[in-house]
Amino acid sequence: MARQPGFIQTWREMSPARRREMFAGYAFISPWLIGFIVFFAGPIIASFLLSFTRWNIVGDPVWVGLDNYNTIFTNDPRFIKSVQVTLTYSLFYLPLEVICGIGLALLMNRKLRGIGVFRTLFYMPSVVPQVAAALVWVWMLNARYGVVNTLLGSAGIDGPNWLGSPGYILPSLIMIALWGVGGSAVIYLAGLQNIPEVMYEAAQIDGANAFQKLRRITLPLLSPTIFFQFVLGLIGVFQTFTPAYIAAGATGGPLQSGLFYMLYIYNRGFVSMRMGYASALAWILTVFILIVTVIVLRSSRYWVYYETDRDRNK
Amino acid sequence: MAETSAHTTSPRRWPGTRLTSRQAEWIEKGLWYATLLAVAAVLILPLYWMLATALKTPQSTFAIPPEWVPSTLEWQNFVRVFEEVPFGRFLLNTLLLVVLNIVGELFAVTLVAYGFARLRFPGRSFLFLLMLSTLMIPYHVTLVPRFILFSELGWINTYLPLFVPAFTGSSFLIFLVRQYMMSIPFELDEAAYIDGASRFGVFWRIILPLSRPALVLVVVFTFVGVWNDFLQPLIYLNSPEMFTVSLGLSFFQGTRETNWNLLMAGSLMATLPPLLLFFFAQRQLIGGISIEGLKG
Repeated sequence: MARQPGFIQTWREMSPARRREMFAGYAFISPWLIGFIVFFAGPIIASFLLSFTRWNIVGDPVWVGLDNYNTIFTNDPRFIKSVQVTLTYSLFYLPLEVICGIGLALLMNRKLRGIGVFRTLFYMPSVVPQVAAALVWVWMLNARYGVVNTLLGSAGIDGPNWLGSPGYILPSLIMIALWGVGGSAVIYLAGLQNIPEVMYEAAQIDGANAFQKLRRITLPLLSPTIFFQFVLGLIGVFQTFTPAYIAAGATGGPLQSGLFYMLYIYNRGFVSMRMGYASALAWILTVFILIVTVIVLRSSRYWVYYETDRDRNK
Repeated sequence: MAETSAHTTSPRRWPGTRLTSRQAEWIEKGLWYATLLAVAAVLILPLYWMLATALKTPQSTFAIPPEWVPSTLEWQNFVRVFEEVPFGRFLLNTLLLVVLNIVGELFAVTLVAYGFARLRFPGRSFLFLLMLSTLMIPYHVTLVPRFILFSELGWINTYLPLFVPAFTGSSFLIFLVRQYMMSIPFELDEAAYIDGASRFGVFWRIILPLSRPALVLVVVFTFVGVWNDFLQPLIYLNSPEMFTVSLGLSFFQGTRETNWNLLMAGSLMATLPPLLLFFFAQRQLIGGISIEGLKG
């Protein structure tokens, strides 16, 4: 309550009715308040402290100062590998998700007969549970019996051993994730439908072609949605776990080329039971995500268009 | 027809060709449909392949080249999944967790959202911001200490870690429902207070019934979230008879020489409930997603 300097004073000035409302208010939000303390704030503080200890859950934690961080940054090849894997994946997947999401949304936004059926079909894959989705792709990407290589074969291409060769694990995982892009396409679609039709009509009269309309109307007016989706995607992409666990394997697959950061945390924390080390890894990732998110939020004013800006410019 | 097409796509001249604008329009339409069909084919292929494999005999599962249409339809596979692995158990376990989580979320989310939306108290806006800020923190920071907390409590290999937190409400769902409740006119509350209603009465008799569309979203999101969750069951559950569907499927993949036809039959059954739910709640879902999209 330190953030509310007038709190005590307000309390004295409050009428009995306001005091009752205050009690009622806190009573109503108490489930969340309790959850926040027990399942969020407490664990976060605990994990910060634990990151300075060595602890395998039996016995007592041993305070080791900065040892965990020191080892992670100077002497942990698997940390380097997992950072490389996660960053490479993000670098390719995030732009692809935005491009494919918008592309799909533009298709879904055509005013054609039966478009509702297509919208449903495009959205459906994103409803498939992650484990089931990963499993069907593992089967489809099977080097011998898989349908993907059969299709490639009939086009005269000799398909690779997708999940069995280090170079193809990340492309496979990107493909699996892009299959569910309908989920974000629906949000882009909602954004597209908020763009007033008059804008396109005015552009039509001015003789704009389809590309100019996309470049000058659709994309700027969609930019708040793109921004929102990009931030969500950014936070999500660093936490990729399930598809990697299923498709690449719990230890990260051949040459650990599918060792995502979360998979590494899982292995350190819940397989080798090194709680202190895993906490340090989790904190590094959190700080990293926060920094990247802040940078992206800051950058937003250079490329995100908000309706209110227009009034300011006038 | 002419009227509607003039309404949707404006007539266009195609210079350099001998096509009339009407013919050009038909060609354009045809191209759009071709694109839509091509994209749909690619996106539906994995679902089709799941179904086709689920209906194959072991021999035709491993046929080279793969059979596009199963030569014989092996409906027995859907029975064999239940015999070879405790799939029925997995389904019941998951269903139990889904119900407990929905009850928990509905309980906590409605109360907390009402508090934030309709009652005035000092610290409210600070706490609301605090709640929103928890959405920005990735859940994995709390993964290790939560595990420690639950293991200290002796909750490992029980369902408690997988549903008790729901009774404190998810921040995202509270935010969603609170936004919805804010749109209900305050005059309704005031009228009820004048008629002598208590705060809980207003919550129970007025706000809650009017928030039903938002509560459908809570149910759908919770259902899908719990049904699909993999990491938490993986961490907290050890005994196979306690596994959820997602965890069971991955276990099934890992054990023996993978029976892909049975595994696909299981995957298909795991996919059906969220898929059906999506069809039933489609309208609310799309509406809710657009609310979410706009507020961001």
